Amino acid sequence: MTDTSITPTTQPGDWASDQEVRWCPGCGDYSILTAMRMLMPSLGTEPHNTVFVSGIGCAARFPYYMNSYGVHGIHGRAPAIATGLAMARPDLDVWVIGGDGDMLSIGGNHLIHALRRNVKIKVLLFNNQIYGLTKGQFSPTSEIGKVTKSSPMGSLDAPFNPLAVALGAEASFVARTHDMDRQHMMDTFRRAHEHDGAAFVEVFQNCNVFNDGAFEGITKKQNRDANLIPLAHGEPIRFGADGEFGVIDESGCARVVHTADVSTDELLTHDETKHDPSTAFMLARLARGPFEPTPIGVFRAVRRSEYAMASTRQLAAAQEKQGTADIAQLLRSRGTWYV
Amino acid sequence: MTDTASRELPLQEIDEVIIRFAGDSGDGMQLTGDQFTSISAALGNDLSTLPEFPAEIRAPQGTLAGVSAFQVRISDFDITTPGDAPTVLVAMNPAALKAQLHNLAQGGALILNTDAFNDRNLEKAGYASNPLDDGTLDDYRSYPVPMSQITRDAVAEHGVKPRDAERSKNFFALGLISWMYTRPVEPTLEFINTKFRGREQVINANTAAFKAGYNFGETAEIFEAHYEVKPAPLAPGEYTNVNGNTALAWGCVVAGQLARLPVFLGSYPITPASDILHEMSLKKNFGVRTFQAEDEIAAAASAVGAAFGGALAFTSTSGPGLALKGETLSLAVSLELPMVVLDIQRGGPSTGLPTKPEQADLMMAMYGRHSESPLPVVAPRSPADCFDIAIEASRIALKYRTPVIVLSDGYLANSSEPWLLPDVDELPDIGVEFATEFNGTNEDGDGIFLPYLRDPDTLARPWAIPGTPGLMHRVGGIEKEDGTGNISYEPENHQLMIDLRQAKVDGVDVPDVEVAGDAHADLVILGWGSTWGAIDAAAGRLREDGFEVAHVHLRHLNPLPADLGEVLRRYRAVVCPEMNKGQLCDLVRAKYLIDVEHIGKIDGVPFTTGEVTSAVRKRLEELAGS
Ligand SMILES: Cc1ncc(C[n+]2csc(CCOP(=O)(O)OP(=O)(O)O)c2C)c(N)n1
Ligand code: SF4
Ligand SMILES: [Mg+2]
Repeated sequence: MTDTSITPTTQPGDWASDQEVRWCPGCGDYSILTAMRMLMPSLGTEPHNTVFVSGIGCAARFPYYMNSYGVHGIHGRAPAIATGLAMARPDLDVWVIGGDGDMLSIGGNHLIHALRRNVKIKVLLFNNQIYGLTKGQFSPTSEIGKVTKSSPMGSLDAPFNPLAVALGAEASFVARTHDMDRQHMMDTFRRAHEHDGAAFVEVFQNCNVFNDGAFEGITKKQNRDANLIPLAHGEPIRFGADGEFGVIDESGCARVVHTADVSTDELLTHDETKHDPSTAFMLARLARGPFEPTPIGVFRAVRRSEYAMASTRQLAAAQEKQGTADIAQLLRSRGTWYV
Repeated sequence: MTDTASRELPLQEIDEVIIRFAGDSGDGMQLTGDQFTSISAALGNDLSTLPEFPAEIRAPQGTLAGVSAFQVRISDFDITTPGDAPTVLVAMNPAALKAQLHNLAQGGALILNTDAFNDRNLEKAGYASNPLDDGTLDDYRSYPVPMSQITRDAVAEHGVKPRDAERSKNFFALGLISWMYTRPVEPTLEFINTKFRGREQVINANTAAFKAGYNFGETAEIFEAHYEVKPAPLAPGEYTNVNGNTALAWGCVVAGQLARLPVFLGSYPITPASDILHEMSLKKNFGVRTFQAEDEIAAAASAVGAAFGGALAFTSTSGPGLALKGETLSLAVSLELPMVVLDIQRGGPSTGLPTKPEQADLMMAMYGRHSESPLPVVAPRSPADCFDIAIEASRIALKYRTPVIVLSDGYLANSSEPWLLPDVDELPDIGVEFATEFNGTNEDGDGIFLPYLRDPDTLARPWAIPGTPGLMHRVGGIEKEDGTGNISYEPENHQLMIDLRQAKVDGVDVPDVEVAGDAHADLVILGWGSTWGAIDAAAGRLREDGFEVAHVHLRHLNPLPADLGEVLRRYRAVVCPEMNKGQLCDLVRAKYLIDVEHIGKIDGVPFTTGEVTSAVRKRLEELAGS
């Protein structure tokens, strides 16, 4: 899925800032960074028209390492900062980077509102199911019973399913990818970039220091065939080395079956453009966690009015109706009298 | 109906009148007061208004909680406050009387809608017996008027349903007061026609009620006289009547024009600041983008984002919202981006008195952020000054690349005064240049961009906005290396950056102190914000009584004027009326080691002139005696 229509004006190296990357050796964030730097030249944008906005966390250090404009904000608030930026400057390519704590705990409110407004920002949530930067407390995506420094007897909190949250917030673009497959990341990020509205991408990311191997059961090479379900628009959902598994809709619940046991037309055909999010929701909830077959790819990509452009249209309509800026007129708009 | 009374009542000339219209929140008292204000403004009176809204939107009808009032003072001389005690109270029902009577000046006039004084309403207002005839009103001049009945009769011929007929009674009251103070009728008739355009029946009913009120004054033999308040000697020019929130909103819109920048407002609704969001939302033709955020944190954060993108960014709120914005403002301090925060202070703590003013956010504005997070603070002193302060705050924000807090309050927000329109060409140019070029070189001699290389005069850093080729850079809340802006944890660098951020704010160009009144007096009244009107009027009264008194009013609270300490030291006593427990007093004491005596009041009601006068008089007498 490489776009051949764009002649790159930059090289991946042009997108690397001069800052030393300071993630722990072996951290999944490195491969996401590489995928992003490699993708950028083919998107047809320039570093000076691109802004990475982040909150706080390991993931949120991302903007420092891209040679674009960048804002490393405060914990949780990146979607709100990016919303203001995207509204003020609809011409820019705005990416938002954050971790699971950043975007679903302290910043959960901003995330859902940015998604429902459909402002043109590309949100990448690096989900490592742990608080990395603060050295390993359980996060809103950690599994129940997780033993960490702040939950020595196991966490009591039931986790969020990030995609279900995004779908519930009416996100018009929802996708998932993982840090072990560069090409899949690049394809998914490209699709997010092309989307005219808010795009939400969950990236399974390994924190090898505080939650090592959290996704190994599904993302490790030898486990992928049996446990990753690549979604392809318009095609029946099947997976396995020989396509021996498939997904069916069983009275509103997605269920994994042996393809041998069902006829092909019983398999669910993936339709990312379906306006009703129920099927996407069902697929998002297919796996209870990263230890059983889990769909990846684009779950939903629908057209909805983009917020910044809608705001621009209102400005234009107001100018049409009320005339352009005139201070003298404004000051007299409530009536005047002479002394 | 003519301007002269048919009964040949004497026409008395008076220099001022303070009228308070009070009724149920559904009675249209704000509209009545507004319209009376407009007519008086057009006649050339000086004026000042003070609306008073109930905190509940739809408090039960007829109850004390549902009383809405509007005070207007008109005069033939220069005034700065809506007046201490009304001399005329129009009470549309028993609750309005009960809630407002204590405000009325001794011997003041009471115009009462007697039809509303039935058992049910009396009970709802908590009256055990009818105040109309139990002696409660003996100290006042009462004018009982069956307003509801006359209004019903007057509108009957226009086919208004009996249920709706009484809704015109505020226009009856307006008609009556217009007659009493010899206001022309045409402007109100025109107003009714414009306001209710397309609703013939409503126009006819309100017109009939208004005329009935006017004629009632003329023909009912209960008034001894009617009155005239001549125009005030205002500076010649074109005037409009604005309240503080409108002026502030316009100031923000105009600041964008003066800076040649698109305006962005991120805001979350909160009383008494919401009207700024409303007003700015109407100014989209000026390229103003308003964003109603999910909370105050997002509102402030969106402003930071917009500022990074090159907009003139605002965020408006009240105390509880400012508390939420604290962390984001620290980010803005660290990113050194321009933005303006409008805090319309209200009574607290917590939800407190949401519709009432207070000046108790000063310390929060100064220090209510973690670590050393200095930023400039300014405060308007009158409704019209809100316009200028918005431009001044924007100027400082842009010139020094810093968040600036404007401290207005619920009193300025809603009260209004005649505003001599500025000459648009005289408004300052507050534009700044974006960075477009490299400003440094690396070891290899290649051009580079240093986002934290400061202007030596202002210490402001360059503002390079996304879209500018070659100047890509990252800003963040982690401590930045001086010059490069790269992450730095070096001890010396942190000390340097802390010092630089402080020095930048300390160096903001603030005009010297202006001393009003008797510069050589023994006592100076120090004030800030909305107390200006009351202090100015009090100083005037004291001077009339033969005292010497000086008045220093601060519009810039951080940094303070450079000569403030020196000026204050010239006086034997410095007194400071504030609607808080002494916050400016503490700031000034701490900074200059000057004893500032606090005159406090935190009851949700602005200082009256009388309160300031008597507190200061007491101190003056002590000084004279010592
Ligand atoms: C207001 C505030 N509260 C708390 C913190 C501390 N903090 C920094 S990052 C973080 C959580 C990081 O977890 P996550 O967002 O999942 O990112 P990761 O480090 O895992 O990439 C916390 C609690 C902070 N910086 N600011
Ligand atoms: S703590 Fe975990 S997430 Fe953070 S950099 Fe290290 S490995 Fe990566
Ligand atoms: Mg995390």
